Amino acid sequence: MYVAVKGGERAIDAAHAWLAEERRGDPAIPELTVAQIREQMALAVNRVMAEGSLYDPDLAALAIKQARGDLIEAVFLIRAYRTTLPRFGASRPVDTAAMAVDRRVSATFKDLPGGQVLGPTFDYTHRLLDFALMAESEVPPAPTAAAAAEPVPHVTGLLDRDGLIEAEPPGEDAPADLTRTPLELPADRALRLQALTRGDEGFVLSLAYSTQRGYGRTHAFVGELRIGRVAVEVELPELGFAVEIGEVELTECETVNQFKGSKTEPPQFTRGYGLVMGQSERKAISMSLVDRALRWQELGEDFTGAPAQDQEFVLSHCDNVQATGFLEHIKLPHYVDFQSELELVRRLRAEATALREAAE
Amino acid sequence: MSAPRTPSRAMPPQDRAARPGNRPDRKGTAVSDYNFAYLDEQTKRMIRRALLKALAVPGYQVPFASREMPMPYGWGTGGVQVTAACLTPGDRLKVIDQGADDTTNAVSIRRFFQRTAGVAVTERTADATVIQTRHRIPEQPLTEAQILVYQVPIPEPLRFLEPRETETRKMHELEEYGLMHVKLYEDIARHGEIATSYAYPVKVEGRYVMDPSPIPKFDNPKLADNPAIQLFGAGRESRIYAVPPYSQVVSLDFEDHPFVASKADHDCDLCGASESYLDEVITDDRGSRMFVCSDTDFCNARQAAGHRGRLSAQEVA
Repeated sequence: MYVAVKGGERAIDAAHAWLAEERRGDPAIPELTVAQIREQMALAVNRVMAEGSLYDPDLAALAIKQARGDLIEAVFLIRAYRTTLPRFGASRPVDTAAMAVDRRVSATFKDLPGGQVLGPTFDYTHRLLDFALMAESEVPPAPTAAAAAEPVPHVTGLLDRDGLIEAEPPGEDAPADLTRTPLELPADRALRLQALTRGDEGFVLSLAYSTQRGYGRTHAFVGELRIGRVAVEVELPELGFAVEIGEVELTECETVNQFKGSKTEPPQFTRGYGLVMGQSERKAISMSLVDRALRWQELGEDFTGAPAQDQEFVLSHCDNVQATGFLEHIKLPHYVDFQSELELVRRLRAEATALREAAE
Repeated sequence: MSAPRTPSRAMPPQDRAARPGNRPDRKGTAVSDYNFAYLDEQTKRMIRRALLKALAVPGYQVPFASREMPMPYGWGTGGVQVTAACLTPGDRLKVIDQGADDTTNAVSIRRFFQRTAGVAVTERTADATVIQTRHRIPEQPLTEAQILVYQVPIPEPLRFLEPRETETRKMHELEEYGLMHVKLYEDIARHGEIATSYAYPVKVEGRYVMDPSPIPKFDNPKLADNPAIQLFGAGRESRIYAVPPYSQVVSLDFEDHPFVASKADHDCDLCGASESYLDEVITDDRGSRMFVCSDTDFCNARQAAGHRGRLSAQEVA
């Protein structure tokens, strides 16, 4: 009997119908709304926006719902949608110094202008399952305080004033766009940061962790971590000035790292930078560590062979949509190639057997 | 040439910028919201430029700004982008995977273009103007009126000898292919023959060593002197390359170990063909197997013409 894959169309239709049913789950349980996901699964929504490179909480929530909670699949849905969107233009660089911070902590100074603001963090929660959440309940309102009127200056700016940290040379006006031009290696820092900010959180986290454990160690301190909203401004040629078109929530991390100095440069601190859409603290810290590790060459450090120092390795493998696609494609039919391998192995075995028999 | 190939300017890009807030219908996929063949015209133009460059420098891997497609990387996003950039409303498309029109991914890609481009489709090799393929070249010889689009996973023939792109590009620049010859020689030293059975490296027009995509080496001779335009798209790796019509394509070998295009030493059990590439199908758990053409259109056409194989008498499911 001939058993090769037939009836592909019918199989695909049936699989899609079944998938839709599985996605819905037990129809006796009320269906999740996109708004519920957006509001109550906000960190998942943030991750999908960050790795999908599209700031739209509603669409990210929809993608999570459609992907049955598989965040990489949701990122993929967002990316595939994003690629069809027209480009109106570029915004002005957002000013994170003017951020309305919900959270701002520095690990390098006990107190500093703008103060330490814990914000809505898991950091000091005890990780005990809260069984009260199994029932629906009202949340008592959190205490509030007046928002700080003054902008919150960057910690690295304070260090910069004393020349203690490397100067940040101004970048090019318009950085290259990873999604519109093929990545060419070596990539400049702007492009590396672009790849890292949309890179897989798990991958970037593990790489950052590896630098902490000695594979390309950079002795990072979190100079500052801030989460909040910044205004997005667009220059309108007709008007001749910039207009605010909205706000985005960002997480920014600046690390302060040791630098021993060289023959020409006195010792000073160096920078690692992380900026991620939404509230994505783990990712922003990871990104800043990997960014710093990737800068070994410009800072005259040694290449120790650590993965996090190797930009071709990092940039080629940090994208989870690419990675998951190529990984999973090996489940597609390969029987033509396997057949040719089968014949080769049979032939080689026959030759080896013949040789052995001839020798005996 | 049958259908004249003109750019699809007749269909204006649907600029959703002009309709603010208009997103694809969230209840279902509103295909009308997408441009002809899915990609916007600017993207197609970018891909066409890469294609022209690739045709001008046969076998050279042209970087292109590969887009995220609505199917996963590894499923043929490179081939799909190349096909999208080549299709015109008058085209007739054939999509094969492993030589077959009815494998699930071939079905899925064919449907994608039916939905987004509304082009006619066919399973008959001779009737197609554009053929997208994964892992095979059709048995029936192609013509000047046809484009063959290959899906490519790893475009770099030197990749498994040298993992760094920065290095392999330099090796191509300098025409430094010694590493490849050493690899083939080591195969012979170890196994008595070159132990590469698919994605067998070729040299195009005496210059660039090229990965012909994971086609079985049986198909390699068809790359050479082919009247059709052969285009290769690697989406995840952002590379396009091409073999123009009637190009010289030589499978790498040694004088004393010449290249052999091998296949299973059988005839097709359904159509009796002795010259086509065969799939081995295991038919029970006692070692029985049958061999059938991997090219389903070729096999069906032969059976329709009255050719019979060893197992033709049996009813085929």
